[in-house]
Amino acid sequence: MSILLDRSSRVVVQGITGRMAQFHTKEMLDYGTNVVAGVVPGKGGETVFGVPVFNTMKEAVAATGADSSLVFVPPPFAADSIMEAADAGIRYCVCITDGIPAQDMILVKRYMLRYPRDRRMVLTGPNCAGTISPGKALLGIMPGHIYLAGNVGIVSRSGTLGYEAAQQLKDRGIGVSTSVGIGGDPINGSSFRDILERFETDPETRVVCMIGEIGGPQEAEAAAYIHEHMTKPVIAYIAGLTAPKGRTMGHAGAIISAFGESASEKVEILTAAGVTVAEHPSVIGETVARVLAKRAA
Amino acid sequence: MDIHEYQAKEILAKFGVAVPPGALAYSPEQAAYRARELGGNRWIVKAQVHAGGRGKAGGVKLCRSEHEIQDATNEMFGRKLVTHQTGAEGKGIYRVYVEGAVEFTREIYLGLVLDRSSQRVMIVASSEGGMEIEEISAKRPDSIVRSTVEPAVGLQEFQAREIAFSLGIPAALIPQMVRTLQGCYRAFRDLDATMVEINPLVITADNRILALDAKMTFDGNALFRHPQIAELRDKSQEDPRESRAADRGLAYIGLTGNIGCIVNGAGLAMATMDTIKLAGGEPANFLDIGGGATPERVAKAFRLVMSDENVEAILVNIFAGINRCDWVAEGVVQALTANPVDVPVIVRLSGTNVEEGQKILAKSGLPIIRANTLMEAAERAVTAWKNDRKQNTRMRAI
Repeated sequence: MSILLDRSSRVVVQGITGRMAQFHTKEMLDYGTNVVAGVVPGKGGETVFGVPVFNTMKEAVAATGADSSLVFVPPPFAADSIMEAADAGIRYCVCITDGIPAQDMILVKRYMLRYPRDRRMVLTGPNCAGTISPGKALLGIMPGHIYLAGNVGIVSRSGTLGYEAAQQLKDRGIGVSTSVGIGGDPINGSSFRDILERFETDPETRVVCMIGEIGGPQEAEAAAYIHEHMTKPVIAYIAGLTAPKGRTMGHAGAIISAFGESASEKVEILTAAGVTVAEHPSVIGETVARVLAKRAA
Repeated sequence: MDIHEYQAKEILAKFGVAVPPGALAYSPEQAAYRARELGGNRWIVKAQVHAGGRGKAGGVKLCRSEHEIQDATNEMFGRKLVTHQTGAEGKGIYRVYVEGAVEFTREIYLGLVLDRSSQRVMIVASSEGGMEIEEISAKRPDSIVRSTVEPAVGLQEFQAREIAFSLGIPAALIPQMVRTLQGCYRAFRDLDATMVEINPLVITADNRILALDAKMTFDGNALFRHPQIAELRDKSQEDPRESRAADRGLAYIGLTGNIGCIVNGAGLAMATMDTIKLAGGEPANFLDIGGGATPERVAKAFRLVMSDENVEAILVNIFAGINRCDWVAEGVVQALTANPVDVPVIVRLSGTNVEEGQKILAKSGLPIIRANTLMEAAERAVTAWKNDRKQNTRMRAI
């Protein structure tokens, strides 16, 4: 079974009646994802592409056995929806919503701690493209056809840069075990390290491709984990070598402030941890290919 | 979103943080009048700009008479203040703040930030105030005290006491310091700040704790629930192109190069800038038009990028997922037909329906240079920019 989601995952879409949510629900159904329910308060009883809509997450879980959720709820209400999912017993939640107040996310993270570790929901995002295990299930908004099934794990902060990597791999006939978007917000559900730990123990993943960018401590934390605990090779690319210091580059997260937060410092730290760093974005695919070839030899 | 010092002080005062009496002025005459109203015989006049490092740049003056205030502010108003945080273009001075000068015996640094490691609000303080935090952490890292706040219960008194005692605050002033710390935290939490900084926080000669400077930054994503904060936005302190972009829902940052960029997604936008540099060019901007690259957005993006006079070539890099390449291509063609540009345009499309997209670009008859990969796009952009530049120079020579 792949990390985080699989063919057997039973998905509920929170905010399913919205225009974008409907569009992506259709895409996920077409991809073969097992979307079993939608939740929109006050719209219980409706259906979207044949998927039943419920008023609350608890009702949806009780009626359909849903274990995974995708949050498409507008920013002012998204944090509440994530907490509702955690409380309803959802195992894995992806939050697509961009623009959630940082302090709402602080509360979400605090709220999730009230559940013992073995019952605690895993959250990726917000402000991410989602997660895909090619050929099995898609929980997000990425174009499914750019991913081949295979054994490279991808973890990326950026959505479209993650697509770029997947496309380069596909062009070389290299497939992906699971691709996880962790999102660009300063307070997020899962870190690079959290996802690397899963890839390390995932029998379907042989190498990991990590796509970071300027700002935040997560790449440096990942480097420490890779150095001490990872046996699988990691390839990384860090965007933002030309970014000026002290500016926010679109993602609220991408502000350069402390040491270890600029792209060049991240490259230095990752290289020292034994990570193969792709020097520019056009060579992500060929760098992964080279590491895979070495691994096979 | 940034606000001015006087606004931050007004806010913090409401949360129980003590600040010196002061008043705002929009002209030298008004500044002198404000000083007279405040009373006393020594005043500090401070340029109100959205940047730190004002003192060293000449934006903060000690004045001993109304005459001196007029002189000092005459030099400030209408000028651009260039500090190490503003960039070479500086920030315009349109308001000054006049405060009675304060005698103090100690300076403390106090900052509250969103800490991305603990994913909580962190209080950072140092007994070495007056210097910037970067300098403190380089010269006196041992003086820095850190404390994270448990979000469910907020900043507890014992935590505030611990911080106060470790800064060496005299016992008699501990309650005042606790009130200051808790006031800052409540302002941070209640108003969705992302940063509160008081540097220096001083102990006055008459034993009071006062915020001599104050800086607050707010979470743009939370402004919807704080209309009174959103109103404090001062467009005179923003790059006009960035303000225009923000008003149109585009994330734009002006840079100093010549190759304009139009990209979907922040990470891919930064990767595109990096690749342009690698190919020997310099990006003119960062621009993320968002995940859904609709034709309208593409058209807006072209107008925005072309409003920068330094732009001598434009590179469009769209990885179409949900929005298909054919759709994006039509947007590009529409934008260029409606508003022709006089610089080379390089378009790289990837993702869903890429062949159809390429066909639309080819059939349009527009002089669009196409590329398949990011590297190819960057190289072609740099080559086209250089060739175009040579031709223009030749034309000017003739």
